[in-house]
Amino acid sequence: MDLSKDLVAASATPLVLAILAEGDSYGYAIIKRVAELSGGHLQWTDGMLYPVLHRLERQGHVAAKWAAAESGRRRKYYRITKEGRAQLAAHRQQWKAVDGTLRGIWMQACTV
Amino acid sequence: MTTLADQPLEEQIAQWRAYLRRRQAVHGPDVEELEGHLRDQLTALTEAGLAADEAFLVAVKRMGSLDALSREFARAHSERLWKQLVVSPDAAPANTSRTEMLVVLGLAVAAALAVKVPVLFGHPLSPQEELPPFYFRNASLFVFPLLAVYFMWKRGWNAPNGLWLALPFAAAAVFANVYPFHNPERLADVPQRSDTQVLTALHLPIALWLAVGVAYVRGRWFADGGRMNFVRFSGELFIYYVLIALGGGVVTAFTFMLFSAIDMNPEWFVGPWLLPCGAAGAVIIGSWLVEAKQSVIENMAPVLTRLFTPLFTVLLLSFLVTMAWTGNPINVKREVLIGFDLLLAVVVGLVLYAASARDPQAPPDFFDGLQLLLVVSALAVDAVALTAIAQRISEFGFTPNRVAALGENLILLINLAWTAWLYARFVRQRGSFAELERWQIAYLPVYAVWAALVVVLFPPLFGFR
Repeated sequence: MDLSKDLVAASATPLVLAILAEGDSYGYAIIKRVAELSGGHLQWTDGMLYPVLHRLERQGHVAAKWAAAESGRRRKYYRITKEGRAQLAAHRQQWKAVDGTLRGIWMQACTV
Repeated sequence: MTTLADQPLEEQIAQWRAYLRRRQAVHGPDVEELEGHLRDQLTALTEAGLAADEAFLVAVKRMGSLDALSREFARAHSERLWKQLVVSPDAAPANTSRTEMLVVLGLAVAAALAVKVPVLFGHPLSPQEELPPFYFRNASLFVFPLLAVYFMWKRGWNAPNGLWLALPFAAAAVFANVYPFHNPERLADVPQRSDTQVLTALHLPIALWLAVGVAYVRGRWFADGGRMNFVRFSGELFIYYVLIALGGGVVTAFTFMLFSAIDMNPEWFVGPWLLPCGAAGAVIIGSWLVEAKQSVIENMAPVLTRLFTPLFTVLLLSFLVTMAWTGNPINVKREVLIGFDLLLAVVVGLVLYAASARDPQAPPDFFDGLQLLLVVSALAVDAVALTAIAQRISEFGFTPNRVAALGENLILLINLAWTAWLYARFVRQRGSFAELERWQIAYLPVYAVWAALVVVLFPPLFGFR
């Protein structure tokens, strides 16, 4: 099952924020975590994560800093900020509302 | 990590990185971040058992198409589509750009202070009086040598070559200052200046600009493209200088406004310090900006050329038509020749900068026809003007100004006549545009040589009048 492009795009921000809420991370690890969490259903084009991260950084929802990785190269690590957590909470409310609405109508469809 | 020591793989990664770097919306650190991702992915894939080249293919595929990627980056960083000049920190390796900035600042300050050095030797700049003749004659010598030094530093010239280049500047300093120009103090409250001295002041920068050009092209004046790059540089520098001057005007206006508000008169600072020092330093700063941005921003001079070629063509044609219709002769006043010189210079500039931005391989198009029309109408206008002037030149006599103006008119006329011929051949597809470009380029030293002749020969020829 492949998710539609729009749905992938819409879910990207809350997903990234939620993963960063678990702990600081970097691009490649975030992609891996997404694949793990979605059981492979959510296939991102890897590169597309970075514009999302940069947009969040600019909005102040995440903060980034360069640090040395195990490989010796520099790596950019991202951390969720207080505003980011608030944003995540707001996203959560919205998704809950969507989820609840859809659930309601589909339950009806099942029972009818 | 054994796979990363793989030479072909490293080459592949380098190539991918190079592709990515070319994207305007993706900056240096982003490339580094994405490359880190690619390498992480490669490591994971090879650990899972893929061969290095297979892993590379898969990793690149997963990264997504570079077009889509740079589009997304552009959306996240829309300001990057407006190419940033000064604030893009990753355009060059940080060290060299910082050294360059220090060198440029040092030279700009040196140029600003050079203007003040003659004050120590009894050539004061006072706000009330007109510019003293000494500054007037030597204006280009305060800045151009430093500009040449900047290019020599930038292009990595060694000292012996630099000494050769010091020759024209030294010669210029001699010829600007040894001649006994007649400078009567004041006659009937009008400051009198010797004509040949004014000619020296006007022509010295033109002659010395060639020396700056030699420094710019690193001494290889005849090497491919060097001279045309210098033409491009000159045009952009002019535009930058005008912009900086406008900004300087705003600063000056506010200086007066603010200090007048507390009943202070900043004239002593603005006249002898802010204006001359700023004008000198701005040449260096402007040159650095042009150098820094040449790969970043579209050149302005060709854009202006495109805008003004049609306007000038219409202007010249309507002038010719009106003159033919009304039969009004050209009213030959004293300085009319200089006006027509300037007109020809503008037309040559339009041709030159159109050529500088043109692909020599492209076939003739509508704009080339327009340029030909512009050149031909300029020739016609100048021919009419020259006949009118020639009829009366005996009345005026041969003053240094008139001989200089006539010489310049001739030089520009020869250039334009041959340009018209080459353009006509090109438009009828008998010749190539490259010929025209070569002609324009080859002609460049002629201006400087004529200017040097005016500086060196005219004062003694005309008795330093």
